[in-house]
Amino acid sequence: MKPLRLGRFLLLLAALLLAACHRGDDLPWRLTNISGHMPDLGFQLTDDHGKPVTGEDYRGKVVLLYFGYTHCPDVCPLTLANLHAVLQRVGAKADDARILFVSVDPARDTPRIMHAYVNAFDKRAVGLTGTPRELEALAKRYRSAFTREPSAADGQYEVSHSSAIYLFDRQGQARLLATPAASQDDLVHDLYLLLETGK
Amino acid sequence: MTLSRSLPLLLAGLLCVGAAHATQADHVRASDAWIRVLPGGLPAGGYVILANEGDQPAVLDGASSAAYGSVMLHLSSTDTGMGRMRMVDHLDVPAHGRAALAPGGYHFMLMHARKPVQPGQTVQVVLHFADGSTLATEFLAKPANAL
Repeated sequence: MKPLRLGRFLLLLAALLLAACHRGDDLPWRLTNISGHMPDLGFQLTDDHGKPVTGEDYRGKVVLLYFGYTHCPDVCPLTLANLHAVLQRVGAKADDARILFVSVDPARDTPRIMHAYVNAFDKRAVGLTGTPRELEALAKRYRSAFTREPSAADGQYEVSHSSAIYLFDRQGQARLLATPAASQDDLVHDLYLLLETGK
Repeated sequence: MTLSRSLPLLLAGLLCVGAAHATQADHVRASDAWIRVLPGGLPAGGYVILANEGDQPAVLDGASSAAYGSVMLHLSSTDTGMGRMRMVDHLDVPAHGRAALAPGGYHFMLMHARKPVQPGQTVQVVLHFADGSTLATEFLAKPANAL
């Protein structure tokens, strides 16, 4: 390659990289990059103040979406406690992030119960619930699944549910997927990048 | 038989009796016991590290507490991306080994608190072993977002 052509090639490469940077496509994500593979944040549900909300209401915020239920004593609280620690580590910037905890147990999870529950973890957490149909629509949208297990003699039951955490950018685009086993370091790293991207 | 001759025999006999009657709970040491308290009387998770200093395995097969209507041994898993929880009937603590009830794995599910448990309180949970022995353990109540 002649020097001139090489120079033009490098210039083009730099321009491409810059363009990519702007959209955050080539950022060194540590979690699973799902950009372009999942639909934008979209739902019609009820928040923990009893107010109807849609995905559009969270535009401008970085969203961490997680399905669970309040009668889950182990994995759901562990995940929410982890997310709280991650937000604390990111610092004041994380005030632009919202944890959306979506109930897969609408029969027991009323907005009032959800409100007390999510606030016990983090003030930036929002509890969302809805009709079974609304919740199924959201779960389906993100290829998530949940099943109510057979009830025990005392009427108590467990709900098996997808344990993934979905991260959306400020434009509501699905960007990253984390498992509950993801390290706090990786979550802090990627959440920080996501908060810096597309302001 | 004089006392000087019979005393060692008596002591040996007592030791034998002691060894034969040492229970599983006698050999188990519980540490880092805590409960994650959730608001509104929701079921809470209980965690503890069990160290078995004995030569025989100890088998934890349940627990009870005066503070809760029900305590069950559960196991969580997130295999295949699904969060699941199931009841288990026992947990082995190997001889000279340990077993952990820790977030995301084995845990006690404590339900129906008799009165609200507040973070900072300690709650006694009695651990039950397969030979019928028990170990009363103080669990520290921690806030929901404790790690």
